[in-house]
Formats: sequence, C-alpha cells, structure tokens
Amino acid sequence: MTVDEMSMSNKEPLLELKGVSKVFNKEGKDFLALENVDLSVEEGEFVCILGPTGCGKSVTLQIVAGLIEQTAGSVILDGKEEHGPGPHKGMVFQEYALLPWRNVLENVEIGLELKHVPRRERRSIAKEQLATVGLEGTEHQQVHEISVGMRQRVAIARALANKPKILLMDEPFEALDALTKEEMQIQILKVWEKTGTTILFVTHDVDEAIFLSDRICVMDINPGRLKKVLVNHLPRPRHDCMSRTDKEFNEMRDEIIALYSSLKDEELDLII
Amino acid sequence: MANTQRSGTGNIGAFLVDRSYYVLGVLLFLVVWQAASMLKLFGNDFSEAFSPLAAALALIEMAKDGDIVRHAVPSLRRVLVSLAFAIIVALPVGVLVGYFKRLEQLTYVVFQFMRMISPLAWMPIAIIIFGVGDVSVTFLLWLVAIWPLILNTAHGAGRVSPLWLNMAKTMGAMDAGILRKIIIPAAIPDMLTGLRLAVGVSWIILVPAEMLGVPDGLGYFILDTRDRFRYDQLIATIVVIGAIGYLLDSVNRWLISKYSWKI
Repeated sequence: MTVDEMSMSNKEPLLELKGVSKVFNKEGKDFLALENVDLSVEEGEFVCILGPTGCGKSVTLQIVAGLIEQTAGSVILDGKEEHGPGPHKGMVFQEYALLPWRNVLENVEIGLELKHVPRRERRSIAKEQLATVGLEGTEHQQVHEISVGMRQRVAIARALANKPKILLMDEPFEALDALTKEEMQIQILKVWEKTGTTILFVTHDVDEAIFLSDRICVMDINPGRLKKVLVNHLPRPRHDCMSRTDKEFNEMRDEIIALYSSLKDEELDLII
Repeated sequence: MANTQRSGTGNIGAFLVDRSYYVLGVLLFLVVWQAASMLKLFGNDFSEAFSPLAAALALIEMAKDGDIVRHAVPSLRRVLVSLAFAIIVALPVGVLVGYFKRLEQLTYVVFQFMRMISPLAWMPIAIIIFGVGDVSVTFLLWLVAIWPLILNTAHGAGRVSPLWLNMAKTMGAMDAGILRKIIIPAAIPDMLTGLRLAVGVSWIILVPAEMLGVPDGLGYFILDTRDRFRYDQLIATIVVIGAIGYLLDSVNRWLISKYSWKI
C-alpha cells in the first residue's frame, strides 16, 4: 500500500482540528488570528500547512502542541481531546531550542530525564535516535561546535526520543541556507520513512511543501483560515530521484500560486 | 585563550611569551617597591621596614613560627562560613526573584538600597545583637556577600529564553522539572559571577571586620603588628591578604570557565 492510499483510507484520523479559532487581544483590541479551522491528519501521513506570514499557520501548530490555547473549537489526538502540551506531541522549533549547557547526547535525553527514564535506557534511546537522524559519533560534541543543520537534527532526535504520536514542525528549516535546507528536507523524508511517524509541518516555502507532503493545507490571510487542502500525488520516494523541475512538480506549484493570486503583493511573502 | 589557533611548538612558544609578561609585571612591581624604599619615599623611619626584602624576611619568620596559619585559617573560616550561609539564602531568593516578575518588582528598590550600604555601618547593630566576636564578623560578611549573589542569580534566572521554557513544556515538564532542568542550569554562569563578586567583596570587608574585637584573623593581626611596631610583619600580612585573595579569585575564575556555557 502506498502512502497515498493510506491517506485516502477512511479510518479515524490521528489528529483532528474542529472549528478551531483564536482571538488575540493586543492593546485592548481583539484580533482574529485564526477562524474556524477544520483539519485532519491520518496516522503516518506527512501534512504541510502552507501560508504567508501572518496567516496563523504557526498559531495552528502551537495550538496543536498545547502551547497556545484556542478561543474556540477542539483538538482531538488519537480519539482524546487535547489540553496543554505533552511529550506525546513532539515539537521541533525553528530556532532549535537546544540547551547550550548540554552536549548533543544530553540534549536528546532531556525529555527522557523529565520522564525519569533510567540513565542506561535513556542513553541507548538517545543514541538510537541520533543514529536515526544520521548523527552517530557526535554524542559528546557541544551544541556551539556543530553546524546549524546538525543542531536541527539534534532537535528532531530529541522530539523522536519521546516516541511521540505526532511530530510537529514549525518552519524548522527556515533559518538554514539553501543547500543545508535541501539536505534537511531529504533527511526528514528519510526519518519519516524509517520511523513511520506522523508529521505536521508548517512552512511558507511552496517547493518545500510540495517536496515533502502527502497533503498541503493552504492557508489564507486576514483572517487566517484554511483555504484549500491539496492532495499531493507526486510519487515517492522522492529523495533520490525527484527533480524540482519535473512537470508534475511545476503543475502543483502553479496550482498553489493561482490560489494566492487574489492576495495583494505586499501580503505575499511565500518563497516561490 | 589567545593564540589557540596556532599549533605545535609555536603554540607553546606563544604561551610562554604570554606567561612571561605576567611574571614580568610582578617583577617590575617588586623593583618599583624596592626603589621606593631605597629612595626613602615612605620617610626615614619606615622605609627600611617597608621594603620587599624586609617583608620577605618577616614572611619567612611568620611562616616558621606559625603566625600565618594561626591567623589565615580563622579568616578563611569566617569567609567560607558566611559564604555558605549567603549561598543558602541568596540562590533560592535569586532564582525566585529572577523568575517571578512581580517578586522582582516587589524587591527591586529594597535590594538596590540595601546593597549600597557598607556592612560596617551595621557593625554597632551586629554587636548589640550578637555581641563582640566571631558571630558578628560572620554576620557582617554574610550581609556583604548576599547582594551580588542574589542580584546575579536573579539576572541569570530572568534571562532564560522563553524558547527553552516552551521546549521543556512540550517535553511534559512541570514547574519542578523546568526549575531543575532549565532555569537553574541556565543561571549557573551568573551564579558563579555572583560568587566571584561575593568572595571578592567579603575578603575586602574581612580585614576591617576582624578589627572589631576578635582575638585572631588577618585583620586582627594587622592591628597587632602595628601595636608591636613590627611594620615589616604588617607589610608581610598585607602580602598574605593579597595572595590569599588572589588565590580565591583564581578558584572562582576557574569555576566560571569550567561551568559557563557558550551559545
């Protein structure tokens, strides 16, 4: 069964957002950041949320993570309504959020330490996860000694060490240079294939969304809401053979860009 | 450290050149000091007793008859005991003040006000409450040591990145976990800076504090040498005070370099 067929099947979704809205209060004024978002992610699926800055895509992800509370609506994970953060939802931040006083291995261990997993077991899980992201042998390096791409891989290993039901990624490759970014996109696809984990991935990079996803949730701005969900039929595996100049790739890109043609230029800062 | 980029013998050579300047500085100081006493800059009566040579001889004498140990040990004990009490109080207070913004606002004016008061101003009150002796001296040293510890710890706990806190929350951390795994380790470099400042200022205040009626200690011994007209021993005691202070500070600098993290 291919991943496409899996995502098309009719079983209960792993993650479901129902009518999620968020109103922020800024200096006494209410500001509608997110309006009535319905979204679902199947088990094992790779879903991207794509949109320009200010469309509420990061807010959506932080609501799923439990770091922000929604004003209305509900988040259901694995059949249970979610309140607050927890290690079953692995979060990968754009700025890595590594602890500079810990070495690579100790950074990956933090979640296990908080769960009071015995030292020996924690070591072996952390080493295994570092291997998953291709960082074996870097265990004892300090955070400031490794490249930014490696730092983000450590952050991914750290989230995976908790064996999360879903991996939430908030523009994780945004701070990276173009080449490292491509390398990391390939890496995350490999991790996804190896672990079978479900991924919800926020980005404003159209090509990134097309390259990675099974489905793309395209968001609209002012107020932030879901504009359209596109199914990505590009064949997998994509990391060794797909070219970003393929015909299908271009068609997908054109379709997404057409969705945004109604927006004014200054509102658009998508990477096209 | 400078010159770490170089390798092999060049590195060692550069290291030795670097070190030699430190030694040279000390030697120059000794030469100026000796010249000052030979030129009788301290006056005819004292210049001989104030010379580095006289100080060195007095130092050997004091080492032989046990005066140095007899007075340095109580001094160190007083500083270390007061520092221990200061750490016990200041670190928790500092972490709380740094972490809770309201607590910081509540304590800001009072703490800034208190830390500007020389502990010697409290001396009569200390003596009324604790009497003349060890307890009063230790109390005054405690009073001087807590402010740099509290304020630096608070600074460290206050600048913890919200990103780390969010990360810890997504890892399922509760308040206790966040405190133990994020806030305290993040604040350690600032705590050590506070400790370094506290040790420095305690050691400086120690000498006048020990002039308040204790029967031993380096501050006491300064007055004792004066009363016995042993100005060579007075100078030697000053050298001992400076040397121990330098060593204490070196320990702190080593702690800071060992436990500070880099971004």
